[in-house]
Amino acid sequence: MSTPETTAPEPIAPDAGTAADRPLLRVRDLTVSFTTATGDVDVVKRLGFDLPRGGALGIVGESGSGKSMTSLAIMDLLPKGAKRTGSIELDGTELTGLRERQMQAVRGDRIAMVFQDPLSSLNPYYTVGTQIAEAYRAHRTGVTRRQARRIAIEAMERVHIQDAARRVDHYPHQFSGGMRQRVMIAMTLSMEPDLIIADEPTTALDVTVQAQILDLLAEIRRDTGAGLILITHDLAVVSEVADQIIVMRGGDLVEQGTAERIFCDPQADYTRMLLDAVPRIDDEIGQLRTITTEEDR
Amino acid sequence: MTFTPTPLEAEGAAGGEATGDPASASPPRSGRRLVRTFLNDRVAVACSAYILIVVLMALTAPLLVTLSGHGPLEFDQAAVDSNLGGLPLGWGGGIGADHWFGVEPGNGRDIFARIVYGARVSMTIALLATALTSVLGVVFGLIAGYFGGRVDMVVSRVMEFLMAFPALIFMIAVLSALPAENRQALLVVVISFFGWPYLARIVRGQTMSLKQREFVESAKASGASSAQIIFKEILPNLSSTIIVMTTLAVPGYVGTEAGLSFLGVGVVPPTPSWGQMIASSVPWYAVDPAYFLFPGAFLFLLVLSFTVLGDRIKKIAESGEGRA
Amino acid sequence: MIRFLANRLLGMAVVLFLVCLFTYVIFFVLSPDPAVQICGKNCDPEAIDRIRANLGLDQPFWTQFWTFLSGLFAGRTYGTGANAIECAAPCLGYSFQTSQPVTDMILQRLPVSATVAVGAAVLWLLAGVSAGLVSAVKEGKFADRFITGLTLTGMSVPNYVLALLLQFLLVVTLGWLPFPQAVPFGEDPGRWFLNFLMPWIVLSIGAAAVYTRLTRANVIETLQENYVRTARAKGLSPGLVWRRHALRPALTPIVTIFGMDFAGLLGGALITETVFGLNGVGKLASDSITKNDQPVIMGVTLLAAFLVVVGNMVVDLLYTAIDPRVRVGSAT
Repeated sequence: MSTPETTAPEPIAPDAGTAADRPLLRVRDLTVSFTTATGDVDVVKRLGFDLPRGGALGIVGESGSGKSMTSLAIMDLLPKGAKRTGSIELDGTELTGLRERQMQAVRGDRIAMVFQDPLSSLNPYYTVGTQIAEAYRAHRTGVTRRQARRIAIEAMERVHIQDAARRVDHYPHQFSGGMRQRVMIAMTLSMEPDLIIADEPTTALDVTVQAQILDLLAEIRRDTGAGLILITHDLAVVSEVADQIIVMRGGDLVEQGTAERIFCDPQADYTRMLLDAVPRIDDEIGQLRTITTEEDR
Repeated sequence: MTFTPTPLEAEGAAGGEATGDPASASPPRSGRRLVRTFLNDRVAVACSAYILIVVLMALTAPLLVTLSGHGPLEFDQAAVDSNLGGLPLGWGGGIGADHWFGVEPGNGRDIFARIVYGARVSMTIALLATALTSVLGVVFGLIAGYFGGRVDMVVSRVMEFLMAFPALIFMIAVLSALPAENRQALLVVVISFFGWPYLARIVRGQTMSLKQREFVESAKASGASSAQIIFKEILPNLSSTIIVMTTLAVPGYVGTEAGLSFLGVGVVPPTPSWGQMIASSVPWYAVDPAYFLFPGAFLFLLVLSFTVLGDRIKKIAESGEGRA
Repeated sequence: MIRFLANRLLGMAVVLFLVCLFTYVIFFVLSPDPAVQICGKNCDPEAIDRIRANLGLDQPFWTQFWTFLSGLFAGRTYGTGANAIECAAPCLGYSFQTSQPVTDMILQRLPVSATVAVGAAVLWLLAGVSAGLVSAVKEGKFADRFITGLTLTGMSVPNYVLALLLQFLLVVTLGWLPFPQAVPFGEDPGRWFLNFLMPWIVLSIGAAAVYTRLTRANVIETLQENYVRTARAKGLSPGLVWRRHALRPALTPIVTIFGMDFAGLLGGALITETVFGLNGVGKLASDSITKNDQPVIMGVTLLAAFLVVVGNMVVDLLYTAIDPRVRVGSAT
């Protein structure tokens, strides 16, 4: 079961035996590659990590670090031309071997996803209610229109959208950016998923709204016990929600550990640079540092 | 035939809006690579070759006619059978060493000579109309997009009005009402009059977005005049769009000229034009198919070549921008 | 919504007025004197003057134009006293050739043009959209390249060439279809259908090619949209993703373009009707051009303009109904 060359996560037990302490998500040797004219390019290289049941994992990296490809690889929603190898186990079930049909049963039901740009991620032609209830209707048979509507309203209330009974019939363009992201989160709730993957959920939003959305994600996690993978380029965002952190760069895993350790005692130079780039209160004014990359040196 | 801009133009409109990358401003950057891409495309080369042949045919028409031995207006009663209502003698509408493409039924005029001279008319009208349309489209598009405000409103209204017009039927109405002298010049003017808004609309949109760019702002800040900014900063950035749109306009105009001539409001007989030759072949199509097949095939291949070429150039231009 | 409608109606009226003015100027100012034409060969100046007075041609331009416009809405009377002829609204005048009211002539021909237009529209919409869908699904594969090649060919073949070619092949050489001949639907539906088949095909090929390209481009573009990925992330089956999230946004613009193209066609397919000898509005126009029958040409031009402008407006309203972003304003 265990592969010797795996970059096994230090703080989490690599081999979980029984169902009770088996991790919710277990990723090993995950590699995503694109075939280009000049040969194969690996955008994710032999990545491995565990996510315990109900845990919150932050994946941090700059754009191009492979963090978003990791999330799409778990969902099997990689763009055309991308190849995925390695192992992804959800609650002991190997996902990489599943057929498209079986994978459909996993998507939306057991793993749900929140995307970065809520406006373009919502279909402008349908009401938010229709889109929220869509996952429920896809996974349950014989759902009536009225039931679907009730599910949608409930989900909207859970993400604190005021006046949900009326707003359920509105279209995405009638909502503000923060409200749209709440709608996106509401879409993940109807099926009570075991795992929610949020890919840069706050990047497109105003700073004040960002905090509200992060609070909401934390609240959802607390209430439902769902595992959370939060993907972001912003360490400050992760610090509020995640208890485990992975730092990625150019497809490689740079460092991983508990949030506390990463913040207090970063091991890798790159992590230190990322941390330095986060403005802190104790920083001297005007001392914002930028990240020096290898190419710069 | 409804006269709408060719679909490629319509797509150009959609795709064109996104362009205007300042990096694509320097033509020498990828010029050679574009030429190489183009030469590797066998279909594009074949299309260019056919267009070149037609252009050469048009240019050397008097010479070719001397070689073939018959002028375009010369009757040859010996080549037709007066007992059969003037049906050409011999196979395929009288094809032979004397008349290479056969003769017209009835009066025995040489089809080869009329095709060659017809190429002259078709190409001249189509190319002149394209040139005039491009000038009008670029000028009005630049003016409307650069100055904005009231100027833009007036130009945009005029464009909307012209585009809402049933252009083909109106061209026919205008051409049938106006006197017949100098029909070819009239055709160019009428076609361009209804054609320029389609280019102007795209040029306007791109000019508006280019105007916001840093390099235009900095030119403005350094005291450049409006004319300098338009010609030195904006126009070079529009070149690839203009080239694509122009190539795509030519087949439309070749077809429009032929269509108008077919309906009898274009080029006046006895001057040959391909559309008009096809029109006069209508009563004969059942007994002498060669009469419509020759001009029909030449016309079809010309329109096809321009269309395919435009399509390819557009793709190359887009991928070039993608690389930049 | 009401303001939008009023605005659109006003814009439509302005365009139609300008079309009338434009046409009128060209026909009654630039073209040769119609009185001379009507009078014929044995004609003296007095007779010409009489005709002019009868037609109101002795009046200043604006008076003439006003009479014409009011004739459109309220009808007009030609001549005076016992010779007076009443022309009911919408009055487009009388044909120089047949002396029939132009309005009647057009109305008689409209059913044929409508038949041609409807049949062709159904054909090109079906063929274009389905070929476009196939092309989009098989993007880059053989079927896609084959269809793309076909569309380029379809767009390039002039419809009169295609008409002659089809007639020559299907009727003369192979004998699969009968010679086109006007047969009323009630008399022999089968024959009627065969009779219109070729005009439908000829008229729809070019448009079908255009719609194929549009459908293909729109579908491919829509499939890249983020909301399609969202739909897949919800666990929807590929069929559902296609039907609900890709097709509707991709086909909406096509519906709107279709309205305009169809309206343009209703005003008569000049070339196709002429080549196949169908007695529609288009044939009427091309016949009138040869005979220089100005009132008829003008009548057809105005009808075509009217249809296109109305079609434009219907499309705008339709778009408002289909696209929620236009229908309901944003909350902010």
